[in-house]
Amino acid sequence: MFYREAGEFKTSYAADQAIFPIAQDRIALVVLVLAAYVGVPLIANGYWLDAILIPFLVYSLAALGLNILTGYAGQVSLGTGGFMAVGAFSAYKLAIGFPHLNVVLVIVIAGLIAAAVGIVFGVPSLRIKGFYLAVATLAAQFFLVWLFNRVPWFTNYSSSGVISAPLRAVFGRVYITGAEASSVDKYLFALTTVSLLALAAKNMVRCATGRAWMAIRDMDIAAEIIGIRPLATKLTAFAVSSFYVGVAGALWAFVYTGTVEPLAFDVERSFQILFMIIIGGLGSILGSFLGAAFVVLVPVLLSNAPGFLGLSIRVATVTNLQSIIFGALIVFFLVVEPNGLARLWQVGKEKLRLWPFPY
Amino acid sequence: MKAWKGAIGVVAAAVAAGLLVGGVAEAQNEQFVPRLVYRTGPYAPNGIPFADGYADYLDLVNARDRGVGGVKITYEECETAYNNDKGVECYERLKHKGPTGASWVDPLSTGISYALLERTAADKIPLIMMGYGRADASYGPVFPYAFTYPATYWAGADAIIQYVGSQEGGLDKLKGKKIALVYHDSAYGKEPIATLEKLSQRYGYQFSKFAVAHPGLEQKATWLEIRRLRPNWVLMWGWGVMNSTAVKEAAAIGYPMTHFVGIWWSASEPDVEPAGAAGKGYKAANITGVGAKFPVIQDILKYVYGKGGGHATKAKVGEVLYDRGVVNAIYDTEALRIAQARYGKKPLTGEQIQWGFEHLNLTAGRIKQLGAAGLVTPIHVTCTDHEGGGDVKIQQWDGHHWKTITDWIKPHRRMLWEMYKASALAYAKEKGITPRDCSKVEAAAK
Repeated sequence: MFYREAGEFKTSYAADQAIFPIAQDRIALVVLVLAAYVGVPLIANGYWLDAILIPFLVYSLAALGLNILTGYAGQVSLGTGGFMAVGAFSAYKLAIGFPHLNVVLVIVIAGLIAAAVGIVFGVPSLRIKGFYLAVATLAAQFFLVWLFNRVPWFTNYSSSGVISAPLRAVFGRVYITGAEASSVDKYLFALTTVSLLALAAKNMVRCATGRAWMAIRDMDIAAEIIGIRPLATKLTAFAVSSFYVGVAGALWAFVYTGTVEPLAFDVERSFQILFMIIIGGLGSILGSFLGAAFVVLVPVLLSNAPGFLGLSIRVATVTNLQSIIFGALIVFFLVVEPNGLARLWQVGKEKLRLWPFPY
Repeated sequence: MKAWKGAIGVVAAAVAAGLLVGGVAEAQNEQFVPRLVYRTGPYAPNGIPFADGYADYLDLVNARDRGVGGVKITYEECETAYNNDKGVECYERLKHKGPTGASWVDPLSTGISYALLERTAADKIPLIMMGYGRADASYGPVFPYAFTYPATYWAGADAIIQYVGSQEGGLDKLKGKKIALVYHDSAYGKEPIATLEKLSQRYGYQFSKFAVAHPGLEQKATWLEIRRLRPNWVLMWGWGVMNSTAVKEAAAIGYPMTHFVGIWWSASEPDVEPAGAAGKGYKAANITGVGAKFPVIQDILKYVYGKGGGHATKAKVGEVLYDRGVVNAIYDTEALRIAQARYGKKPLTGEQIQWGFEHLNLTAGRIKQLGAAGLVTPIHVTCTDHEGGGDVKIQQWDGHHWKTITDWIKPHRRMLWEMYKASALAYAKEKGITPRDCSKVEAAAK
């Protein structure tokens, strides 16, 4: 009834090719962005910002990066944690080595370094595919974490191998890293970074680059025959994906936890992000966000639930129950919609267009 | 429809009233302690007894003494699973609970301590790293809100080397001996390396180190290498399942258990029991006494378990990590008592309690009063020295129980102090922190 594009006429190609061709979607997006930029900082307290929303944004970005590689270009990767570590540790080295470098530049360069590392580890993808490639990227995961654990130069010879982000400001005195930075500033910085990169990703997958990725994913021989170069395409996918993941790693270290040891980026992190995009939806920008929300928010919600309900259950019981319920929910959602939450959302929208007169 | 709306209204009003009442109840005479625990995951066998001991002591203080200075201690546990980002989440969740917010936080994880180090300083909440965490945080001028009493890993490493030296017939006899370190490959396990390397230069022993990846179930290769190296002594910085695996693997290669010494986190019953008889003779350092014979532990059995309370089962009371949880709670509540003497017997903020921690002078006399003589090492924390100069004991597993086999060993604090200071000042420089002038802090307090 409300969600219908009848009467909305497109008069130019630009209007027809807009990311959100339907006016209602655009309104919803504006409302969402306003809520995120104005509403959330007004309402949310430090716990919500620091412990829920910032990690959600960082995870979303990492999931987005992996989705570009796995969802769009079809290259299975288990090296996400390793590439995040590259982003985190190079950002740290840059920030410490060049104290006057703006933190935005630090994070961008850290992303570029991660992209370069991604290209190196992407080379095997030209010869191997599927599970075999997953194993090759797993090697990247273990090697990179091992490297940061073993070479003390990366941690500035810290006796414990832990790095901590120095105090840095975006402009003037708006600190976004370090303990003195306010949660709101950190949140807004993470939100802006993630929004810009998500917009870039959305446009990338709609243009020639993205189409080439998808062609390679769907059938690489056919793609090669129609003139798509597998080398360049696969490596750009690795580069762009690793850039996103590297920026996510830098945000993790600088904006989210503030301190990082290589263990934070172990193989479990890679699996966690892979689960996010599988649950959220492979090959969908929205899916990355939905998957991250599911994996980050549901456990927090479940662990807080007894408190909200006024029940006093022992924490061990709550944690075990949480794992059981979380696992059951994953199975439930994947049975209901094997293509992830993003597909569920799409089906919902289709239904909404026909409502209240379905046929 | 109307009836429905009415019903919803009534429910909403009831919920709102409940929240208000809850809010009023919370604002009573209570001191809130956030409890970051891990009762699940690979480190749960060690996390559970510690959390139980800590909680039981707080229950004892509430039941026997009606709180500290008449202020009831309340606490809430949050599960971290020894996971750094969950630890941060728990800290953020609990830091504003209670009438005055979190009193202090003991994360029982070096990784989480690192993650909270700057947050706690910014929030003005004392971070207590009892025998773990960042060793150089002992230097109070740079780390006003971090405390490392009664001994850091660096002090632990020094104490163990002293013990090894005494077994070899003097520290000068260490020359040419081979000492290996098996460590958990994380911030925790890496802490002692610099100290052991420095000591190897001083005493001339050959030092080699073996990292074990988290969680530590895979150690076959490590121990084969150790067998090839044939070190005179093996030290271990392990935690959770890594400990019991290491003891089993050491037994499998026939390494003499009497020359295998763990740090105090590799020193509890769950670490050696799985190895069975093979673990007999294994040694470890400790910062507390062991057993249930102490009056304070007996009081817990009487006032808490005797009344049907208690977090653990009775048989577990008096285990090494249980006792350590109790000791941690004793130190913390004593600091609160000292802060109350200055600021009044009411709920205090973390900033006020920090004063208590900085003036925590726990003498042997006071420890005896608390019924913990032999369990707790005396400490004297000051504005400069956040370690407090606690001592270390060595204990040995006899196949059934841990037995303390040495008197308190004093770590070489003068050398360590220089290391703390140098490392802390380097940190301050990297972070742009101006160290406090402790003489001025003391003068201002008077």
